[in-house]
This record gives sequence, C-alpha cells and structure tokens, in this order.
Amino acid sequence: MSDGLSVAVLKGGRSLERQVSLASGERVEHSLARIGHRPAGIDVGADLVERLAGLKPDLVFIALHGRDGEDGSLQELLETLDLPYTGSEPAACARAWDKQVTKDLLDEAGIGTPRALSFSETALREFGGAQALARVDEKLGFPVVVKPCRQGSALGVRFASGPDELPEALLSAFSYCERALIEEFVPGRELAVPVFGGEALPVVEARPTEDTFYDFDARYTIGSAELSCPADLDEATTARVRETAERTVELLGLRSFARVDMLLDERDGEPKVLEADAVPGLTDTSLLPQSIEAAGIGFDEFVGRVVDAALATA
Amino acid sequence: MTLEKQGAGGEGPSPSRDLRRYAALFASRTRVMTSSVMRDLMAITEHPEVISLAGGLPDTASFPGEEMARVMGQVARENSARALQYGPTDGLASTREAIAQVMAWQGASVEPGDVLVTTGGQQAIDLVCKALIDPGDVIVAEGPTYPGAVPTFTAYQADVVQVGMDDDGMKVDELAETLERLEREGRRPKFIYTVPTFQNPAGVTMSLERRRRLVEIANERELIVLEDEPYSLLRYEGTALPTLLELDGGRFVVHAGTFSKMLAPGLRLGWAIAPRPVMEKLVLGAQSTTLCPSPFTQLFVSGYMASGQWPAYIEELRGIYRTRRDAMLAALEAHFPPSATWTRPQGGLFVWATLPDFIDTTDLLALALSANVAFVPGRAAFVNGDGASSMRLNFSASEPETIDEGVRRIGALVAEQVDLFGAITGSFPAVAGEEPGEMAEVVELPRRDQEQRRQG
Repeated sequence: MSDGLSVAVLKGGRSLERQVSLASGERVEHSLARIGHRPAGIDVGADLVERLAGLKPDLVFIALHGRDGEDGSLQELLETLDLPYTGSEPAACARAWDKQVTKDLLDEAGIGTPRALSFSETALREFGGAQALARVDEKLGFPVVVKPCRQGSALGVRFASGPDELPEALLSAFSYCERALIEEFVPGRELAVPVFGGEALPVVEARPTEDTFYDFDARYTIGSAELSCPADLDEATTARVRETAERTVELLGLRSFARVDMLLDERDGEPKVLEADAVPGLTDTSLLPQSIEAAGIGFDEFVGRVVDAALATA
Repeated sequence: MTLEKQGAGGEGPSPSRDLRRYAALFASRTRVMTSSVMRDLMAITEHPEVISLAGGLPDTASFPGEEMARVMGQVARENSARALQYGPTDGLASTREAIAQVMAWQGASVEPGDVLVTTGGQQAIDLVCKALIDPGDVIVAEGPTYPGAVPTFTAYQADVVQVGMDDDGMKVDELAETLERLEREGRRPKFIYTVPTFQNPAGVTMSLERRRRLVEIANERELIVLEDEPYSLLRYEGTALPTLLELDGGRFVVHAGTFSKMLAPGLRLGWAIAPRPVMEKLVLGAQSTTLCPSPFTQLFVSGYMASGQWPAYIEELRGIYRTRRDAMLAALEAHFPPSATWTRPQGGLFVWATLPDFIDTTDLLALALSANVAFVPGRAAFVNGDGASSMRLNFSASEPETIDEGVRRIGALVAEQVDLFGAITGSFPAVAGEEPGEMAEVVELPRRDQEQRRQG
C-alpha cells in the first residue's frame, strides 16, 4: 500500500452498546494502521459533523453498534456529506434494524422466521389494544419471547411462559422501543452466520453454559456462553443454514459484512431467522471476527477488504 | 490450537472448536467472573450531560487543595526516601497510629499494632475471602448487599446466601433461622458480611439490639463477622452506635475500614482489624498480592492527621452531605409516585428506593439514560436477580438542584411506566397503599432458572 487512506473510525456514541462499540472501533483502528492506513478514532457525539469536516477523511469506517450506527440515520448523514463509508446503505440498515420489517420481508420471500405479533405503545395506550393480548395464546401459544422491535443487543428480551407474564415482559420491551414483538418460542440450537461479500462464513453456535443464559452479558463476555465454530451440523444442514443467511442478507440489501442470527428449529429441522445485524461486533470476542478467522481470513485482511468494498461502491 | 482453514463456501466438514479465545487456559473460577449489563449501561454515564446518581463518589472537590499541597510538600521534603521505598506489609507505624485515632473517633479502642493497612477497604474484603473461603463455602450477606462485594465473593466461588433487611438493618432473627437451616443442610458458613452503619446500598443502620444479638450469634456459632464500616463518621443525625468490633471485644469480628469516604478514594487506603490468628493469614495474603500498601499515600494520611485539620474537614463533609440528603428526600417526596418507598438514611451516601414490582429498574435505567440521568439498578445488590424493582440513589456527588432535577426525571419515567402498565393490563393498577418496609426475603444463589433462558 502506498501512503494509505485517512480513515475516520466512528465508535462509542450514546447507544446501549457503547462499550462494545469502543472495543470494536479500537480494534479496527489498530488493524487499519497495520495495513498502512491513517485511522482517526471518533467517539461519536454532537460534534461529529464538525469533526468530520476538520478531518476530511477518505473513508468512514462505521464501528458503531446499536441505534446510533445501525438504524440508517448515520449512513444517511454520510451520504449527504458525500463521504464514502463501510457497510450497508441507509435503507438496508433501516430494514435490518426493525425486526418487524425484517420479518415481513422474510415471510414474503418464504424464508423461515418465528411467527410473531407486534404491539405498539400507541395501540395499547390509545386503542384499547390490551384486549387483543388475549389472542396471543390462540395465535402463537405460550411460551413466547417478547422483545423490542428495534434494539441491537439482548436488552429488553423477556420470556413469558403464560399470559400473566406478558404485561411485565411488554413493559420491559417498551423501555427500549415503542413497538414490541411477541414471538413464538422456537426450541432449538442458536446459530449465528456471518456473511461477508455475499458469502456465508463458518456457522457459529452459541450454547448457554449451565448457569448462564445467552443474553447481553454472554454475548460480549468471555466465558458466559460456549461458542463453537464451525457448528457441529451435518453437511446438508450446514448448507441450508448458510443459504438461508445469504438469502436473508440479499433480501434486506445488506452489503459488505453482516451477521444473521437464527434458531435451528428442533421441531422441523429448519432454520428460523431471528434478525440480521448490519454492524455486528468486531471485538476479540465477537462472533464475526472469530468466524472469519475460522475461515482462514485474518482480521487485517477482513478490514482491508471491507475498506476496498466501501471505496468500490462509493 | 490450530485453525482449520475453511473457505466461506465450505470445503467439507472440519472439527468444531471452542471459539472462546484462551478458553482452555482459564481457571474454573473465571466462569463466574463475568461482566454485567450494568457495567455496559454505566459506560454511558460518563457523558457530561448525564446526571449521575449512580456512583458512590465522595465530594472530593471540597477538599482544600492548598492543604493537600502543603502535606504532600512536607512528605516530599522530609520523607521522600520512605515515601518512595517499599514499606512493611502491615503498614507504616505512623499510619497505623492515625487509623487507631480514626477508630477512637468511632468509639473503638484499638492498638496501632493490631491494624493492617490495606489497599482500600476492598482489599480487606478480598483478603478475608482469601483467608477463609474455599469453593462452595457459604458467605451470609445482607440482601441487598454492597454491589462491589459480590464480584469478590463470586471470584472465590463462595455460595452467597442473603438475609433480608428492614429499617433496623439485617434481620438477625432471620439470620439465626438461616444459620439453623444451613446447618441442617450440612453447609457451614465461614463468615457473615455486614455494612452495619448507613448500609450500602440500603442506607439503613443496624440497631444496637441487633448488633448485640449478631455478636452473640457469632460467638455462639464461632463464626466470623466481617464488619465493613466505611461511612460511620458521616452521620447527619441521631446518635452514634458502637461498632461490632467493640461489642465483640475482638473475638469473632473482623473490622474493615477505609479513608475513601472520609478523605479520598484516590488514596486507595483502608485497613483491617482482626483476631490475631486471622490477622496472621490476612498479612500473608496481603504480602502475596501487594507486598505493602503504598508508603506514599500512607505518609500523606499520617501527615494530614498530624495537621489536626481532619475533624473540621469531616464536619464540613457532614454539612454538605446533610443538605444533599435532605434535597434527595424532598425530591423523592415531590417526584416519586405514592406507590414507591424509600429509606431515610441518618448518614452515608445512599438512598434505596423501591418501585411497584412490575417495574424492572434495569430496563428503567435504559430509559433513564435517554433522559440523561442514571442510578444503580437494585439487581446489582443481589446475587440471584432479586431487587429488580429497586434502585440505589447516591446524593453525595451532586448539588441539591441537580439531585432534584435527576429525581424529577426518574419520577416522570416511573409515572409513565405505571401508566403504560395500566394500559397493558387493561386496568390501572392499585398502586397506592402497598406495604412498605420489607426489602427482601431470604434469598440464595441458585442456578438461574432454565425458563429465563432467552431467545434471540
């Protein structure tokens, strides 16, 4: 590489995944420097546009997780500023960020996803929606999983084993988003499939250890969940799981790199997509970097290719 | 560990491997040493626009800088060689004398030679665990307990059993029943951990009667009581009570103290006073971790003690904190719903507030952070997920107006949650007139319920 590019690495911010994002960003900065670029880390705040104007970067690397980096608004802003950036375009981010939108698209495309109902605060506050909650049992059957429609981590995700546990679970989900998703409980193995350049990488399986459950803590903490890669699946299942991930990414219009989380439904053996992550974690313990490593791609090579892809599409 | 080279398209199966880096190297105790949701949420409180009622920070801004410069200058001029050299493991004589003086202010008569200087009160807790706890041993603690002690206990793979509290501190009758039950189950606790005065996080103080009873129980059962006493000099009303150390006469009580709240946490200096055989183990434990507490900060402490200004400074802190506590209690009265309850501490740094049980304060914290205000969710003070509808509020680190504004914002969010819960349940919950008082039942550290496993 000649004199390298000036790359602004956006990280931190105000989202609930701030800490993870700071770690992702720092790792990307080190990698960029190793491959000959000139990274400048920016902890995103109210002065972002001003700082970008001062820095005049050749490229913006988005290592912001959660709402700040994944709902598409940051990408829109960068489009307006004519700054090339890594990852997906605004509309694709917005589709992936909203689990209900993702689910509707998956349904239309015939890709498996757990059945779900969604409730907004407005429906409950202003339309007497509480009465409709009685239909959850008939439509989905208990237990159900209640989650915020838009929230990057597992915060606000609750399990309700019966109707009496539904109100508190909804209240919890509404703390993160004004729309909550009530999803059928799908028994099965938890899989994460990173997709890079349109191709699925080795499948990661997350198994909660005996005394943890796989929530926000486990996702980012060494030692809370047992992660294995490639997941111990037969060849045909592996192929189906990977194809499902690739189709999901294509359907949502995500580009460069992303991660698709799914459950392998033990009832019919089919993958059921839970969500797609437009800016998955890039820390040492994140799933995507470990999967690319298992695929024989080094982190520096990955970062280099993400940079190249961003410049090619700019 | 070899990495199987595998293309994204997949060239056939390869052996699955544990993805946790270094997984094979970690000690088994690290399985319970995990980060927490709270810590990640707390990262957001760093932002200057956030009103943080979360930390346990003393108001070090009120400490006179000139006085600090004078004492530091004196240490540098007269004692630089000692300040910069290793020191004895149990601490410098002048510092141990200063600690004996502080203990005398608390009404306890202690020989300087019986004092072990530690790196903060936290090290005293760690050393007691190191000396007494084998994996699976029981520690009985208050519920709620000091959130910072929980990771220490779990790092030693202790089985933590919590006993409920009320306005008079730990319910010692319940403690006696719990000890009976543990004995029947063949589980012998090694020590009882308590913060008897202005407890963190509950703010309550153990009554004299209960103090006496606790010491009796410890003597009857030959159990150690770890008395963690960081706040007792910060009393804003009422009469000081004797320490457990004094009531027990030094037979079964290990006393942990700290300069963090009455002077400055940045000094990282605390102390332990223990029965001689226990003390010997604590000293050996300290030797293997820190060699000695920092002579530099020890000399600062003894120099400041010699200046004679300390009592006046503590009096000043009392005045500042009393005003702030009153501001917080007034703000809670004004802004929290009638269904909420809270403690009225006579000293210390914290108020413990409990909301209607359908509100989860970890989720409420996420909402609060978007309103630029923070607190510590109650779950941090329990080992088993209890305390979900409670919160710890700190009043020492903010100005009265800021406290009022912070509590107002939290109160508004709580009101919204109560209203929304009414809409969800189709009826407005009867939130008035609930029974206050109970802070927790006896709780233990069970495996997390399988049903709590989350999907997604």
